[in-house]
Amino acid sequence: MTTETKREITYLEALREAMSQEMRLDKEVFLIGEDVGTYGGAFGVSKGMLEEFGSERVRDTPISEAAIAGAATGAALMGMRPVMEVMFMDFLTISTNQLVNAAAKMRFMFGGKCSIPMVIRAPSGSGTGAAAQHSQSLEAWFVNVPGIKVVAPSTPYDAKGLLIAAVRDNNPVLFMEHKLLYRMKGPVPEESYSIPLKSAEVKREGRDLTIVAYSIMVPRALEAATILAAEGIEIEVVDPRCLKPLDTETIIQSVSKTGRLLIAHEAPTTGGFGGELAAVIAQSEAFDFLDAPIRRLAGRDVPIPYNRTLERAAVPQVEDIVAAARALAQEGK
Amino acid sequence: MVTKTKIEKVVETGSQRLLHELPHEKLAWMLQRMCEIRYFEEKAEDLYIRGLVHGTMHLSIGQEAGSVGSIATLRSDDLIIHHHRGHGHTIAKGADLTIMMAEFLGKETGYCRGRGGSMHIADIAGGNLGATGVVGGGIPTSVGIALALQMRRSDKILLSYFGDGATNEGEFHESLNMASTWKLPVVFICDNNQYGMSMHVSKVMNIEHISERAASYGIPGKTVDGNDVLAVYEAVLEADERARSGEGPSLVDCLSYRWRGHSKSDRNLYRTSQEIDDWKHKCPIRRFKKVLVDAAIMTTDEVEALDQAAKTAVDRAAEVALTFPEPSPENMEDEVYAP
Repeated sequence: MTTETKREITYLEALREAMSQEMRLDKEVFLIGEDVGTYGGAFGVSKGMLEEFGSERVRDTPISEAAIAGAATGAALMGMRPVMEVMFMDFLTISTNQLVNAAAKMRFMFGGKCSIPMVIRAPSGSGTGAAAQHSQSLEAWFVNVPGIKVVAPSTPYDAKGLLIAAVRDNNPVLFMEHKLLYRMKGPVPEESYSIPLKSAEVKREGRDLTIVAYSIMVPRALEAATILAAEGIEIEVVDPRCLKPLDTETIIQSVSKTGRLLIAHEAPTTGGFGGELAAVIAQSEAFDFLDAPIRRLAGRDVPIPYNRTLERAAVPQVEDIVAAARALAQEGK
Repeated sequence: MVTKTKIEKVVETGSQRLLHELPHEKLAWMLQRMCEIRYFEEKAEDLYIRGLVHGTMHLSIGQEAGSVGSIATLRSDDLIIHHHRGHGHTIAKGADLTIMMAEFLGKETGYCRGRGGSMHIADIAGGNLGATGVVGGGIPTSVGIALALQMRRSDKILLSYFGDGATNEGEFHESLNMASTWKLPVVFICDNNQYGMSMHVSKVMNIEHISERAASYGIPGKTVDGNDVLAVYEAVLEADERARSGEGPSLVDCLSYRWRGHSKSDRNLYRTSQEIDDWKHKCPIRRFKKVLVDAAIMTTDEVEALDQAAKTAVDRAAEVALTFPEPSPENMEDEVYAP
């Protein structure tokens, strides 16, 4: 990121800017989803886009998540570049046949003779009191489907650059937008830029311990790192940014340096992406540098509860990361 | 403006007028394609019985009029998307029989390089956008294909095929509603062979004709005798014109019957041999031949020459395809994502 960047906008505005810039450049790019037009999207991401691009390219739909996913898949098969918004990531359960059995597989299944360039924008995560059916983080399901890419940006800068890259990518890209990040502000250049999908970033350098975190867990890990720095524990925070394809090199390098790895994500622990990250390290050269076992700090294995205290307790918070990192930093010493 | 839904009674026979309006070559093309489908399916079954086929197959013997009668209405640059019982659509859309047979046999030279097989034959360059093996799964995709045609102001149309069972899927409802709301250039064609695996339509829906479902989307619905290639042609052509002129989709229910079981595992426990025999007497190919000869469009010799040409073409395709190389398992991962 260029240090000259002065302008600060929100994650949500960065996403809107990314889509708008791509739509100005390429008339084959369009946005499709429930209430993306007049309403501006359930979270306001597409506010104002209807006025600029019209109702054909900022396309409101019936409440039909399977048909929305099919509309995006079919249009992509024809070479257009649809950006599909699902109102909540949870509702992808209804789109899954099209995404998993059609979009992800057509290229391979048809002998490489087509491609499906589409983006699935999915507001994810808990913390809004929306309870069990509007708060999930389903990345692990989709990471396990060959043919789909999965992106989960943690800053406004990354959100813009990765969304532009996702729109230009020739494959179905699931783009997770954490609802608690929508209002987060950060420096974002006005000009168009893209960030290669398979590129992790070291968000903070440190020598004692690596935290690999993505999405909402990145700002939480950074906050935890600041707290622990006051205790003399220097934490390195690595954000994969894209879970598939995964930049394993940056993660392996970091862990080889620090010798300790804490993995943080919001999705439930069992079967979560943290297991994959742990396996990447376990079978890499970084394994020989480990001074302590790899630790996972992830969501508890429960549906997201409604009650504020319960909801908070269901997923890792800053204080949980601080405690886990502090313990891991001292383990085996 | 809301389109008034028109549900017509079953169209029993195709109009005699068509016999004299359609060019002779067109009628010959239709008969020859129907015969090719029949022989292809019989050859597929034979190869399977001889242990030369790895996967499963869903044969469309008895349903040849539906695929040929509908695709015969298209321009060559129009598109189709279809389903697991899709050999007929693929042949009617102009597939090369050898490349198609190669795909069925899982060969590197097949349409999908042996990655798709019988259930997923696609000929993208030829406007066949592929077969899906999930019942009803192609219907939402067809919304997007037709949406792209509309957004690009193309005058091409799409025929979207599915079976009777698919009309009980939620995706059918979502998709027909969306396509109708947006007046998309698509014709929904139900290859109604009356059975979803073992379940007869009468046991799984409380309506007489699947075309009645069109009413809930405000689009025309028509049930035709799917064993009459000319009746299918007539109904689909009308729906094509509506789609091409921007008025939106239609639902055409082609009532037919599959002579063979659902797939290779079927032991026909859910129907009687009498029922199967009754439908064999309604063979769409024999019927079309008779119509052509009775109307003095063709002589018996001409009709049989077309039949023989189809048989020869399929035999040769299988012979050649069997000699093709197997694909290599190396670097399969490189094919999953587009560069």
